[in-house]
Amino acid sequence: MDLHLTRNEPSTPERDAVDDVLGAPADRTAAERAATGQILRAERGGQAVRDRRHLLLPALLALVDRVGWLSPEGLDHLSGRLGVAPAEVYGVASFYALIPLEARPTPTVAHVCVDLACRLAEGASEHRRRYDEDPTVTVVDSPCLGQCDRAPATLVSEPGSPARHRVDTTATDSSTSDPIATSDPIATAAIAQRGEPDLTLLRRVDVIEATDLDAYVAHGGYAALGRALDLGPAAVVDEIDAAGLVGRGGAAFPTGRKWAAVAAQAAQPHHLVCNADESEPGTFKDRVILEGDPFAVIEAMTIAAYATGCEHGWIYLRGEYPVARERLEEAIGLARGRGLLGADVMGRGFAFDLEVFRGAGAYICGEETAIFNSIEGYRGEPRSKPPFPVEVGLFGRPTLVNNVETLVNVLPIVAEGAAAYRRIGTAQSPGPKLFCLSGSVRRPGVYEVPFGRTLGELIELAGGLPDGRSLQAVLLGGAAGTFVGPEHLTLPLTFEDTRTAGTTVGSGVVLVIDDRADLVDLVGRIAAFFRDESCGQCVPCRVGTVRQEEALVRLRSGRHDRNEQDRDLALLDEVGRAMRDASICGLGQTAWNAIESALTRFSLFREDEP
Amino acid sequence: MTDEPTTTPPRTVQLTVDGTAVSAAEGDRLLDVCRSLGTDVPTLCFGDTLTARNACRVCVVELDGNRTLVPSCSRPVEDGQVVHTDSDRVRHSRKLVLELLGSSVDLSLTEGVAAWNERYGADPGRFGEPAAPAAAGERDRLITGEHPDPDPDHAATVAQPPKVDNPLYVRDYGKCILCFKCVDACGEQWQNTFAISAAGRGFDTRIATEFDVALTDSACVYCGNCIAVCPTGALLPTAEFDLRAAANWAPERQHETTTVCPYCGVGCNLTLHVQDNEIFKVSSPSDHSVAHGNLCIKGRFGYVHVQPPRRRTG
Repeated sequence: MDLHLTRNEPSTPERDAVDDVLGAPADRTAAERAATGQILRAERGGQAVRDRRHLLLPALLALVDRVGWLSPEGLDHLSGRLGVAPAEVYGVASFYALIPLEARPTPTVAHVCVDLACRLAEGASEHRRRYDEDPTVTVVDSPCLGQCDRAPATLVSEPGSPARHRVDTTATDSSTSDPIATSDPIATAAIAQRGEPDLTLLRRVDVIEATDLDAYVAHGGYAALGRALDLGPAAVVDEIDAAGLVGRGGAAFPTGRKWAAVAAQAAQPHHLVCNADESEPGTFKDRVILEGDPFAVIEAMTIAAYATGCEHGWIYLRGEYPVARERLEEAIGLARGRGLLGADVMGRGFAFDLEVFRGAGAYICGEETAIFNSIEGYRGEPRSKPPFPVEVGLFGRPTLVNNVETLVNVLPIVAEGAAAYRRIGTAQSPGPKLFCLSGSVRRPGVYEVPFGRTLGELIELAGGLPDGRSLQAVLLGGAAGTFVGPEHLTLPLTFEDTRTAGTTVGSGVVLVIDDRADLVDLVGRIAAFFRDESCGQCVPCRVGTVRQEEALVRLRSGRHDRNEQDRDLALLDEVGRAMRDASICGLGQTAWNAIESALTRFSLFREDEP
Repeated sequence: MTDEPTTTPPRTVQLTVDGTAVSAAEGDRLLDVCRSLGTDVPTLCFGDTLTARNACRVCVVELDGNRTLVPSCSRPVEDGQVVHTDSDRVRHSRKLVLELLGSSVDLSLTEGVAAWNERYGADPGRFGEPAAPAAAGERDRLITGEHPDPDPDHAATVAQPPKVDNPLYVRDYGKCILCFKCVDACGEQWQNTFAISAAGRGFDTRIATEFDVALTDSACVYCGNCIAVCPTGALLPTAEFDLRAAANWAPERQHETTTVCPYCGVGCNLTLHVQDNEIFKVSSPSDHSVAHGNLCIKGRFGYVHVQPPRRRTG
């Protein structure tokens, strides 16, 4: 392949940004430099150069961090440095919402969340107006920023060296008028249960300094890894299996089976991915863990790697979590320095290291195979399964993908044994579960409860609804979940009970909607969300999400007579069933769930003609 | 891509398709089995010379034990599979795929669609009046992760003016169903030129050069192997595009002549597509063991020594 590059040179900041990720280019001879021919712009080295394609997304983000967008010159330069054709670089860059392909009117960009919890939040319009009226920032609509417990939220990014990112929420000090005032550490989370003795997953969050390794160890940290190294890999897998742990990202796949499958693969090396692309609207539990207890994630990944024979791990972290990134990177460095990561973990002859891989604004990259494409430097499109990741995953190797919350559950299982773990929760849904309470509750936040608490108990735990408001609906499990009504308050939130009731635990979203909220507006937003976030590969999802949103807009327009209404409701059902049945991945398969539940359980658009 | 001798013959697996027991070789796909049984399975994004992308989902079948339908073009056969190719669920999804595509893309040159629409009762018009076509280049500037509020009176489409930026072929993306075959043929599966890629996301996804530069500023080498695999007429040689645009398209006055490319020693087979004694397209048989339907610019477009180029009018 000959790279077809233009003669336009990148700016010095662009060149520096790329060099920061890829290293300085190999020096050329004077004669080569004199010849400014097209081909000479490309880096020499053949396959060795092209083998660095996994640095494509990090380099694209470095360019955006430095100059605010991806210019044609920056693209060409990166293309030459990595040996990836310009059209392909463009294809990858244009897949992500956080990589602008045009210069913004101002360098500073405010990504104002327009998603569910922020729509319901008091003060949302004033919050937005503050940015709209600020001539020094460019306002961009953003999907859920994972700050639902302190909505409304905005992510402000200012390019530079280094770039500055700041999350503006009700928990942020707003006494300064500088939209990007120093990135002061944001209070991790309002953990209402902070310090309660029976907490397992949240016991250190907000109790110890997140990046204080000594405090982590003093609070029980690294006991589980020590025990795992004593047990040996096979016994650790058995322990996870016996504990009955299932995935907490939404799909609820048995974790022990996944680990055993990866461990059994003959192909080498094995890879480990921690799915921290938490983007399900209404979900912020993983952020709280990542920001508040980063060593727990690192320790759990080390155990997973030991048990399944992985040499290297990636934390695929959504691009909208700058604080989590900062703390994880600091914690990884500290763990490495203490011999808890690296060539000889705990001096026990086991090698494992990990890195943070930053996403760039794509909900679909939380799909396990889309993560692989994203890390490998391709468009974050899901792959066809089979083959499954445990056989053919990242870089074509057996790969273990676990969600953040799933991983931190490994610690109590290994430290205290499967039997002790199974005493928490119900027989079919063992263990503790994190729920993300937001919307119309007095104390929104992450709550840890044993599986089996009812929806009503959870809402009470969060202080119940504010005075004078009554419950209209709850969105369970996020945009891919379902709406339920007050009649479900007695529903125990376990996998088995929610399944029977036709709903889902999903990612643990409990978005409380009171009588004053406009359910139709929320349903419309969910439809718009799926349209924006569809990867575009398969027809049912790519076009189905568009037709779904269009039908809802027609229904909302109020111009329909009864027959037209019924026709559009039937159309939605038909499109929804095809998306559920024929889409490639979980995004399209669930894009109709919440909307269907709202239409059927709340009889939206079924009122008689006036 | 030649068949290498194997030491052990492929294992045979037993499965059931629409109640008929069949055996198939391990490695076969469900689509192979269906076709060997004479079961008609519609396909759009499937290409016989490319790895299946299973993007269009019109070939889905029902597989017992699977929560969702599966694409027959890429699903490998397995022992004990029970496959249904014409169940209510299969018919429903195929109908919807045809309707969703038909309502958003110009399928007038896509073979088979009219018959499939009839067979599955697809009515692409039921999503409403199609929206006005986008201006030239408008879809190429769409911003990822954003879209304007939908228009309650019109159904969104990908309609747009054809891109005519070189003398050899036309890119009419209003006809593009995003099968991704042109990208695969241009890239790692055949040509290794990588002049085009899928860009954008969701309904805004389009096939594009970097920053939508003209083909003449891109890496394109005009092999036309993208044209050869395009199932919808979104990519057409200019000669054919002009004939159709001039409403002078007359299949009854056309014939095909098979010959061998005169340029180099590879000896690629050529099929000359001729109307009124003028070549409007050159293709190569996709089942040829050497070229697999691919050509280079000389074989595909270098026929001026046979016939002087016609000056384009208008």
